[in-house]
Amino acid sequence: MSALTEAFGKAISLVLHLDRELLGIIALSLKVSGTALVFATLIGLPVSALLGFRKFPLRSLVISILNTFMGLPPVVVGLFVYLLLSRSGPLGFMSLLYTPSAMIIAQTILAFPIVASMSHAAIMGVDPVIGTAARTLGATPFQVTLTVLNEARYGIMAAVIAGLGRVMAEVGAILIVGGNIAGFTRVMTTTIALETDKGNFELALALGIILLLISLVINGLLHIVQRMGMKGAGR
Amino acid sequence: MKLSLRAVDIFKSYNGDQVLQGCSWSFDESGIYVLTGPNGSGKSTFLRICALLEESDKGTISYFENGAGVNKDIELMRRITLVLPRAGLFNTSVQRNVSYGLRIRGISGKEAAERTDKALDFVGLTHKKGQNSLTLSSGESQRVAIARALVIEPEVLFLDEPTASIDEKNTLIIEDIVRKLKQSGRTAVVMTTHDRAQAERLADRIMVMEKGRIA
Repeated sequence: MSALTEAFGKAISLVLHLDRELLGIIALSLKVSGTALVFATLIGLPVSALLGFRKFPLRSLVISILNTFMGLPPVVVGLFVYLLLSRSGPLGFMSLLYTPSAMIIAQTILAFPIVASMSHAAIMGVDPVIGTAARTLGATPFQVTLTVLNEARYGIMAAVIAGLGRVMAEVGAILIVGGNIAGFTRVMTTTIALETDKGNFELALALGIILLLISLVINGLLHIVQRMGMKGAGR
Repeated sequence: MKLSLRAVDIFKSYNGDQVLQGCSWSFDESGIYVLTGPNGSGKSTFLRICALLEESDKGTISYFENGAGVNKDIELMRRITLVLPRAGLFNTSVQRNVSYGLRIRGISGKEAAERTDKALDFVGLTHKKGQNSLTLSSGESQRVAIARALVIEPEVLFLDEPTASIDEKNTLIIEDIVRKLKQSGRTAVVMTTHDRAQAERLADRIMVMEKGRIA
């Protein structure tokens, strides 16, 4: 028990003193996950709009696949990206394996189904009368789409935040494709795994505390977004 | 008002159910035209087809200006508008709801603010300007929807059962709004109502619909 208390004490000291190594790891984590989220949103939002506004063959199948992929096991994604980027893989010539770019690719694949699927649900939740009202006022089809997306904004924001939560807490995929190289591809979750293996609980705990704080902030944001949506709806 | 409308022999069915069976109708000048009849008689469907929101199965809808036909494109869609039975307000302030039609036409700044204020004043809701529209009562929502339509200064305003689900006070306010529009002389109002007495109170011309036909 005293060892645990001691580890906690040192962890908090590391957090409070903003240890340089710690800061580097946090910065890389935020950079990798943030970039992956931007890509996942840039791809996921148009896909969700396409699914929400257009009827095409196999649409239901695409929706089912997206919903299924929301629960993709990170290690499977890691393995897939590894095979893609390894020297003998189809994208091996790009030499991206064990770089932050490989980690971004893996996390984008993980976040994309969440952003796309939840945004699609948000779009489908918008009352059809909104699109009709926009048309009656002279909106072009593109303006109608933007209007409906705007009505779904709180749901879409929640989807993006949920995507961030997914990638920030993820370890399996980035460990496989990033390699956990100190100062280059080492992020919070992979460091926690490594330092725990080494018995260096102080740094692992310090990062755990920060990860929890980030998770708290993400959930806080999600709560605020949901409250804004409910307030807007007069509830 | 420059636009005139001619609907000739309009047919429409949904899933084999014949809703409209050869409706013909026209108007050439501004005024209040009321389609009345029991629920399910096809009033709303006919109105939506006239407002170019839906296609008919058979028959033609034509708009004319100074005797010449007008193309049924987005430009025409921007000269006419329809207020739906459910207001369909956006989850934002009353002011932004009303100015929507101006924003999508690229009108902003002082002109947009003035026209928005004028439209809100016309429906008597200036004091609700900053309020989120989803917190309004049904009657107020319908008035905001009318202001949102009027701000674009339509030449033809279609009102689909504008008072069907609102209280008496707001019904009277909306009837007054319709009368004021007639006085302005710029807009033709075409409305549906199942309330025959209301039709007689407001209309310059009444069309009675029954079982998909204009009697």
